[in-house]
Amino acid sequence: MATVPALQEPPAVVADAPAAQPKKGFRKYWHLYVAISPFYLLFLCFGLIPVGFSLYLSFHRWDGLGSMEWAGLSQYQYLLSDSDFWASIGNTLIIWALATFPMIFLAMLTAVMLNSAVRFKNVYRFAYFLPNVTSVVAIAIIFGSVFSTNFGLVNALLQAVGIDQVAWLNTPWGIKVAIATLMTWQWTGYNAIIFLAGLQTIPSELYEAARVDGAGPVQTFFRVTLPLLRPTLLFVLVVSTVTGLQSFTEAQVLLQNTSNDSTFSGGPDHAGRTMVLYFFQQTFDNNDFGYGAAVAWGIFLVVVLFSIINWRLVKRRGEE
Amino acid sequence: MASIKGSRRRGVALHAVLVIGLLLSAFPFYWAVIMSTHTSSEIFSYPPKLLPGSHFLQNVRSLFDNIGFFGSMFNSLLVAVSVTFLVLFFDSLAAFVFAKFEFPGRGLLFALLMAIFMVPTQLAIIPQFVIMAKIGWIGSMTALIVPAAANAFGIFWMRQYMRSAIHDELLDASKLDGANFLRQYWHVALPVVRPGLAFLGIFTFMGQWNDYAWPLIALTNPDNVTLQVALSQLNGVHGTTDYGMVMTGALLALIPLLIVFAVGAKQIIADLGKGAIR
Repeated sequence: MATVPALQEPPAVVADAPAAQPKKGFRKYWHLYVAISPFYLLFLCFGLIPVGFSLYLSFHRWDGLGSMEWAGLSQYQYLLSDSDFWASIGNTLIIWALATFPMIFLAMLTAVMLNSAVRFKNVYRFAYFLPNVTSVVAIAIIFGSVFSTNFGLVNALLQAVGIDQVAWLNTPWGIKVAIATLMTWQWTGYNAIIFLAGLQTIPSELYEAARVDGAGPVQTFFRVTLPLLRPTLLFVLVVSTVTGLQSFTEAQVLLQNTSNDSTFSGGPDHAGRTMVLYFFQQTFDNNDFGYGAAVAWGIFLVVVLFSIINWRLVKRRGEE
Repeated sequence: MASIKGSRRRGVALHAVLVIGLLLSAFPFYWAVIMSTHTSSEIFSYPPKLLPGSHFLQNVRSLFDNIGFFGSMFNSLLVAVSVTFLVLFFDSLAAFVFAKFEFPGRGLLFALLMAIFMVPTQLAIIPQFVIMAKIGWIGSMTALIVPAAANAFGIFWMRQYMRSAIHDELLDASKLDGANFLRQYWHVALPVVRPGLAFLGIFTFMGQWNDYAWPLIALTNPDNVTLQVALSQLNGVHGTTDYGMVMTGALLALIPLLIVFAVGAKQIIADLGKGAIR
């Protein structure tokens, strides 16, 4: 708890600075500035300065110990031609798509069913939300055993119906399917609860009007529910994109013991090496801080790009 | 009569599908329980075990022999509890200011807060590591606690809550009684927004308890780590692994989290939905 005094000290500095100025406003409001200052000071020290420093770093070569060496744009030039980085983008997008589309479908289905089931609603919501609060590390360990080649449950089921075993964590597609299944399991219930909240804002008169007009349940869903659920869908899609494209823990824990030299390797043939895993490998295994910073900016651009694409896709469909 | 029968049949079908979903949600937990109660050779045998075995205590013992379980759990609790209290204090104080007071630069500072929401964590990790190595925080829990002590999400969330929950008349009345700013915060604002604080507190605690990427990098001493990192070390040994033991660790690490979730589930599920459609 030695951190508390350290945190309370900086605000005093801010309080002095405005008070020293002749402006009456600051003297009158100084206590308000002090009250909001902790967040801004923390952000300055652990957000703004680091982000600026990482931009500076991406124009240099640095192993974290010796002296920095000016590198100009060469880190970025290398990034563009780095097939490992492009492969990691591909891995990330495939895993994201394999996880997100089933997840959104299942979440919406669950939400629609929960919205009409009156009894036990709270029991269902509690159970469906549980996967999301459990730690990814524990879940990845558990899923590692479910997908294990030798004793995994999935292979036991396959064997029971007479299908050959699959080396899930040893083949490129098996790895991606295992990671995506984990993500789908962890996020379906969470998003179902978000969709349910969206569904509950739709006035029941609209459903009644649809029924009077003779619309069946399927027609009602596509004509009434889905259009009105679009803002919620947009929220879910953007959040899934931002978190999904930055996935790290799932693949790291699931595949960390498949290689002797790096815990960030992403499994055989690096098939599960996501963008963020590649960033950690370059930075903390190769001690290439300059290139690591360039990779981080590359990831940032990819995430921003795909968030915009998602946003526009969902929005345009809404305008038609 | 026919339509009542039909709707009842539909209701049964609906619940059947929902129960299947429920079982899928719960199954990995059950699977972890099964594995944590068997020896490795039992786990490796075919057909797979589907009922709990009798080796749980044996697995617990080898878990405690292999990692400093209670030390790691203490570290996790230290970090999660400290961060939760710091976040509750700093975020609610800032939120109170943004929700109820006018001052020069308020709009600009709040817009900045919203922009900060968007800054991705990867970009800051390397410099954060370098800075903390310079000031000697790397390897200690301070490296996890201090940067997390206040956040944009919590301030935004509490501000939304306080704007409607705290009535201006109440603040005016307390001012007439001679209450200063801190008294207003402590005696007028906080008691009214307890449900909002509960959500933020549970949310923060769970997030910190589960945090992994930054602790993995920042905690450079393998004997002094949080529970998630310790679990990962246990799982990460190349070659053969004692799965019963690893699974026991994963299961035990979930218990504090499940307790916190069980206490606050109703609140957190209700508020999560509200936040998304706002």
